[in-house]
Amino acid sequence: MTLKEFWHRLGSPRWFYQISGHFGWAFGALALGLLVIGTFWGLAVAPPDYQQGNSFRIIYVHVPSAILAQSAYMLMGAAGLVLLVWRMKLADMVLATTVPFGMSMTALALFTGAVWGKPTWGAWWVWDARTTSMLVLLFLYIGLYALRQAVPRQETAGRACAVLAVVGVVNIPIIKYSVDWWLTLHQGATFKLTESPSMPPEMWLPLLVNVLGFYCFFGANLVGRLRLEILRREHGTAWVQELMAGGRT
Amino acid sequence: MSFGSLPEFFAMGGHGLYVWLSYGAALLVVFFNAAWVRFARRRYLREAADRMQRYPPAMRAAQETESGRL
Amino acid sequence: MNPKRRNRLLIVLFLVAGSAATLALVLVALNDNLNLFYPPDQVVGGEAPVNTPMRAGGMVLDGSVARADDGLGVTFILTDYQGSAFTVAYSGILPDLFREGQGILVQGKLGADGVFQAREVLAKHDETYMPPELVDIARGGGP
Repeated sequence: MTLKEFWHRLGSPRWFYQISGHFGWAFGALALGLLVIGTFWGLAVAPPDYQQGNSFRIIYVHVPSAILAQSAYMLMGAAGLVLLVWRMKLADMVLATTVPFGMSMTALALFTGAVWGKPTWGAWWVWDARTTSMLVLLFLYIGLYALRQAVPRQETAGRACAVLAVVGVVNIPIIKYSVDWWLTLHQGATFKLTESPSMPPEMWLPLLVNVLGFYCFFGANLVGRLRLEILRREHGTAWVQELMAGGRT
Repeated sequence: MSFGSLPEFFAMGGHGLYVWLSYGAALLVVFFNAAWVRFARRRYLREAADRMQRYPPAMRAAQETESGRL
Repeated sequence: MNPKRRNRLLIVLFLVAGSAATLALVLVALNDNLNLFYPPDQVVGGEAPVNTPMRAGGMVLDGSVARADDGLGVTFILTDYQGSAFTVAYSGILPDLFREGQGILVQGKLGADGVFQAREVLAKHDETYMPPELVDIARGGGP
């Protein structure tokens, strides 16, 4: 299948529904395996930090949730662009179904950050550039959710959300570079693209496993939500009626 | 292994409250995301099946024709 | 790409570029206010406000921590290791990570005498994480 064919087929929710069932399960199984290994490794096997002791272990849930919160938003930005330019049905479904997941990841990153901040910084919350831009991300997710609820017509709601999602993408580089551009209490990035992480492998390997695990979980969760959304929105079509009648969903 | 015994593991060197709060929250978020999909899907399929039984497609098509909504 | 889509794409790109530019201007205008604290050179150089609640930060100078006789009061010097330093007076419990050479943030007021009266002391750490044994080796102590 060429890229162009793939692109055209993505326009068909039916095609996506047919192929997605299996790899949804594959993502789910991978996520379960990776998360069990990574969490056990990080909680019990990895050494404590020389300064922070065992509270350092919060990194193994804090960093993955923060990365996923931003990745989910980037996906929504891309889906918003595709919806606005190509009017693809599936893009609007991605835009709608990613919101709750991304919101929960942002909330988790903020919560674990607060719980990590108390024993290390000495404060639950500090209004520095990193924490504030992350809070803005949470409000963007809440805004996207509210906007979709507020606009009754699906097509209009989709386009309004797409505009908000695409414009909101400018917040992502601000989150990423906030710790470099301004003086913050939050430390610099754990994983950098150009340098190796400033900790030994026995500390960053479990983190990498958990980050991959969270990505797989996102994949599985998104596929699950999308398949349900397809059934809901396409319920009047012959192929969904046929699926339902045959009990082969 | 970083810990010698189970109580030591749970105590997390005095930071147990913070570590377990974080991991507890993470578990909840992952669990509810996964559970929501299963729950919502099952409920939707059940409701759709009910609708299907009450108004089979053929009957609904006939109704719609009668009421002039084609 | 057909012309209709190309137009839509241009509109979206224009929208993103416009909002990014607006935000960039706002952030540049706010630049100093977005910093969480004043570094030592600004505190010493008189750029930080006097007798106004604010935050300042720096590294705890080695050997500068002096505890008062009552056991709670403490003074220490925060430095940037580049020639600027100021004294902090604080009374209360210090965070676990407080130690010499550690990045520290203090919240309070800068007195006219140049001594910072802190109400709150926060510890800042960097993204370097290390197991305790490795630190001993790095310091030449061995495990």
